[in-house]
Amino acid sequence: MRDVHKSFGAVPVLNGISLEVMKGEVICIIGPSGAGKSTLIRCINALVPIDSGSIEVEGRELHDPKLDKLALRRKVGMVFQQYNLFPHRTALDNIMMAPIHVLKRDRASVEAQARALMRKVRLEGKEDFYPGELSGGQQQRVAIARSLAMQPDVMLFDEVTAALDPETVKEVLATIRELARDGMTCVIVTHEMGFAREVADRIYFTDRGVVVEHGPPAEFFARCRDPRTRQFLSQIL
Amino acid sequence: MRMMHRVHKCTSDPFTCTGLPVTAAHGIALAVVLAASVSVAQAQAGSAAPSIIATMLKWTPLLAQGFALNIAMSFLAMAIGTVFGFALGLGQVSLLAPVRKWAWLVTQFFRNSPWLVLLFYCMLLLPFEVRVGNTIIALPGWAKATFGLALPVMANVSELVRGAVQSIPSAQWEAAEALAFARLQTLRMIILPQCIKRMTPPWMNLYAILTVATPLTSVVGVSEAMTLTGDILSSEGRTELLVPMYLYLLMWFFIYCYPIARATAALERRFAVR
Repeated sequence: MRDVHKSFGAVPVLNGISLEVMKGEVICIIGPSGAGKSTLIRCINALVPIDSGSIEVEGRELHDPKLDKLALRRKVGMVFQQYNLFPHRTALDNIMMAPIHVLKRDRASVEAQARALMRKVRLEGKEDFYPGELSGGQQQRVAIARSLAMQPDVMLFDEVTAALDPETVKEVLATIRELARDGMTCVIVTHEMGFAREVADRIYFTDRGVVVEHGPPAEFFARCRDPRTRQFLSQIL
Repeated sequence: MRMMHRVHKCTSDPFTCTGLPVTAAHGIALAVVLAASVSVAQAQAGSAAPSIIATMLKWTPLLAQGFALNIAMSFLAMAIGTVFGFALGLGQVSLLAPVRKWAWLVTQFFRNSPWLVLLFYCMLLLPFEVRVGNTIIALPGWAKATFGLALPVMANVSELVRGAVQSIPSAQWEAAEALAFARLQTLRMIILPQCIKRMTPPWMNLYAILTVATPLTSVVGVSEAMTLTGDILSSEGRTELLVPMYLYLLMWFFIYCYPIARATAALERRFAVR
């Protein structure tokens, strides 16, 4: 991602963001509210079109007008702050819908995979529950399983614990931690500093639409130079 | 007194349908009004003329026939209006600007036109027969009138669909997009199934409104219950029959539509909780 600019109307949100994520790497994006973190992450799967700059995902140039957005999104999973499960379908159906209807895979194998994913996110027995019957943390883990069912190359997490109470934050973070350990490429927008320090290969600090500073966690937290970063960290830690 | 009992029994139908005490109270109130108007009319007529109730009962089979046509027209108009209204509503949320604009225009036109005027236009503009290949299909008055009623229903359904689709949080679209669903897939599998639940109560409400609007077709000469009541009254030629007879007709519609209204309200309450 190089020099990405994006405005909503007259309001500039991204002012020349550049970042790079290697395969199998986990990066965390931190920064104050309104820094453009959510917009940034939505650019990666073309949910938000960019104004200028370039983004390349797995060899696909996103600014290319001939880009097959659906093909891109099959390879990039995303988990949202508000889970956004489909309320009219059970947990298992939520996981199975996209592989069956988007990837056109055979139902039986998808179901086996979906059940395995429910076990993986430790929700065995909740397969036939509707989202409304699950807690926030459980819903978020179903949402993660739903994304994983597409067997993506990259997973995007947009403040996935921000709407949860402290108890359930742990279960969701544990799930993401396992994914990171399994070698999944992850881009995580988060306010959980302890978690970021633990799982991230590199941390990016963004403010007002630019990357202020970045580096491996140990270095980043110990020796950040920019006053904006210091101020932010002193408020949050 | 035996006759009175029969009338009362009719009005208690909604009670058995919905089991709500309120329904019974409303039904009884209507029966009381009907009974009162019958006794007033009877007093005016004097004892020489055949009893009002006997006259009503005599014409009941004919009235029932007419009422059956009202119901048939309401079913058909609702079915046609729903199918076309659904398409029109989806047009209103289309990504293609021309489709969206035309769908909006058509919807607004038929939604803001008086039903009776649309009925007149359909009676005047539709041919009395249409040729499909070699067969000629006759279009009787009631069929044209049904089409006329279907037009405002279509426009109202279109608005229901548009409103329901737009009431689904945009996050649902976003989640589907992120899972690589195409737009039509998203609409069909994720958005519309959630809309159906929201649309059902207002859709039932629309049906009740349509049903009580079917007597409008009497103005354009369809032999439905309202027309037949007029015919009955002119053949009887007894002015004291006017009030009870129309009240009797009203009761038919009430008994049919009131349970629908109660069920709609009950559904609304149930959906509101979730």
